Formats: sequence, structure tokens, C-alpha cells
Amino acid sequence: MKAATLAQLQRDRAAKRPTVLVTDLDSNAERLVYPREPATLADLAPAVVAAVAAAAVADKSGVVEDGGRRYFLNVYNPPLRMIVVGAVHIAQPLARMAALVGYEVVIVDPRRAFATEERFPGVTLIGDWPDDALTELAPDVRTAVVTLTHDPKIDDPALSMALKSPAFYVGALGSRKTHAARLKRLEMAGFDAEARARINGPVGLAIGARSPAEIAVSILAQVTQALRQPVGMGSGTAADAA
Amino acid sequence: MDDERVLEQAAAWREAGKPVALATVVQTWGSSPRPVGSQLAVQDDGTFVGSVSGGCIEGAVVHAALDVIKTGTPQMLEFGVTNQEAWAVGLACGGKVQVRVEPLD
Repeated sequence: MKAATLAQLQRDRAAKRPTVLVTDLDSNAERLVYPREPATLADLAPAVVAAVAAAAVADKSGVVEDGGRRYFLNVYNPPLRMIVVGAVHIAQPLARMAALVGYEVVIVDPRRAFATEERFPGVTLIGDWPDDALTELAPDVRTAVVTLTHDPKIDDPALSMALKSPAFYVGALGSRKTHAARLKRLEMAGFDAEARARINGPVGLAIGARSPAEIAVSILAQVTQALRQPVGMGSGTAADAA
Repeated sequence: MDDERVLEQAAAWREAGKPVALATVVQTWGSSPRPVGSQLAVQDDGTFVGSVSGGCIEGAVVHAALDVIKTGTPQMLEFGVTNQEAWAVGLACGGKVQVRVEPLD
């Protein structure tokens, strides 16, 4: 690897920019490409472009062959994060499960009685209002934002910030009725239909979840789907990347 | 040490003027202890950070890395881990792993 390539890779990682290092295994030529920035892929062969996209989505490095040449694709994705707004009951199993799945979990709740170390041992807790907290946390393309409070004073500013960010998943707990009212408020606040459609509400896959832990499962399943099967990307499975 | 730290260390060594080689798992077959993309950085005195196998082939990879630092030419290494060797290093079963070693220049 060229020192200049490594330096650029370090800058990309600091900027939380999903990056793939493509190395021609015959000529040793190398270049960094950015799967979410199509212009950086424009001159690659279609098979290589598809492999880069699939590898990035699946978080799986590997070799792709095209036109008799072999390319090694090394995937450098930013860490996965989940920002949970509302230190409520469901947040307890959700924080533990999300950590197991590989997310750095941050819980935001300005209500000091909720966000306590006793209720969330070992989890990063932020007691600021969500708009301040999310400005600071700056959700990126590998961040999921889930609001759980049911309280518009807390959820709405969090959703506003999430919709202004490139977060790959935005979800909001609440019944259909609650969600309809929420969408109305966001429309009044100036979010267009496309932005509002990014919110998964009611949150989670419809699997009949009842208990807080089951609801956490349904949320994590939906977050996983958004991560691994982004719209227009096919199934994004490891098999596609191979 | 995770792979992010490996590259950081490689960059730091390079910054300090030390010759460095990088080893990367490029392909695996069967069971292998470290996933494709795992990296190891070696400086010219043989000290290294990171892991490409969890222990069984690191010695050979470091040896090749010192050679790569001298010649400046990348090498592709292939290791088969027999069931018996795998057992010896505490793995459940064997596999094959391809490791690319390149200079950081």
C-alpha cells in the first residue's frame, strides 16, 4: 500500500466515510473508492462496481474476478451506532441486544430519573435534549436512530435532527394514530413527503411482538434489514458479494 | 487489536521512518480463524501488530514480510492448516488461507 493511500484511508475513517480499497492482484495497482459516491466508481467495470456495492453492504471483504483480472476488495466501514432516544423500559433490552449485534449504543434522555446508570449499566447515557445531543453525535450512514418516548417534546426534535442526517435507519415508537399525528407535525415543520417516509413507524417489523424484549427484537430485525437490504440493492447477502 | 489500530500503528511506524510491510487475509477456504480483510503490520525489526490467523501462521507471515521490506515486491502466501495442526493451535478443524504481503511505500 502506498503511504498516500493509507493517509487518505485514515482521513476517510476519521470522517466516517464508507470506503473500499480496490487492489489489482496482478499489477498491484490500488485505489480507494466510495460505494455511496457513484462518481468514484464511474470508470470501474460493472461487475466490479456491483461487487464493491455488495461487499460494502455485507461488510465482507473479498476477491472479485473480471476480464481475467483479480481484484481484492477490502471494506472499511465506519462503526455501527444506534442512538436510542428515551431511556424507557423497551430501551433496556434494546440496548443490550443492539450491543450484542455490534452497535455502539448511546441513550439520550433529558429526564434524569430515566437515564440512570442503575437502569442502563455500561451504556453511554446523554442527559441533553435530543436536538443538542444529536447535533453532537452527528448520525452518519452507519447510524440508526430510534425514538421511544412517545413524548413529542422529546421525540420530535430527535426525529427532525435524524431526518436532516444521513442515518441509514430512523424509527419511532407509537401507534398508527400517534404516528399519523407525528407525521402531520413534521409536515408543518417543513419536512417533505420523501423525508417523512424515511421514518419507520410504528417502529419494528410486524412479528406480533408484545413484551419490551420482543419489541426490541422486532426493532433490531428492521434495523438489520435496513442495513443489509437497502432499497434498490437486492438482498445484499454474502452470496451476492462472492 | 482491531484492524483500525493496525493501520494506525503502520502509519505511525512509517511516520517515524521505519520500513513497514502490511499483511492482509485475501481469501479463505474452509474454517479459518480470522476473516478476509484482517491485517497485520510488521516493521523491519520483526515487531508486529494485528493478526491474520490467531497465531498459527504469524511467524511465517512476519518472515515473509521482512523479505518484502527488503525486496519491495508484494508476495502472495498460501497456508493450509491440516486438522492436526489446527488441533495443535486450538482450532476445531482445518482450512486454507491466502495472505497478501506488501510493502508500505
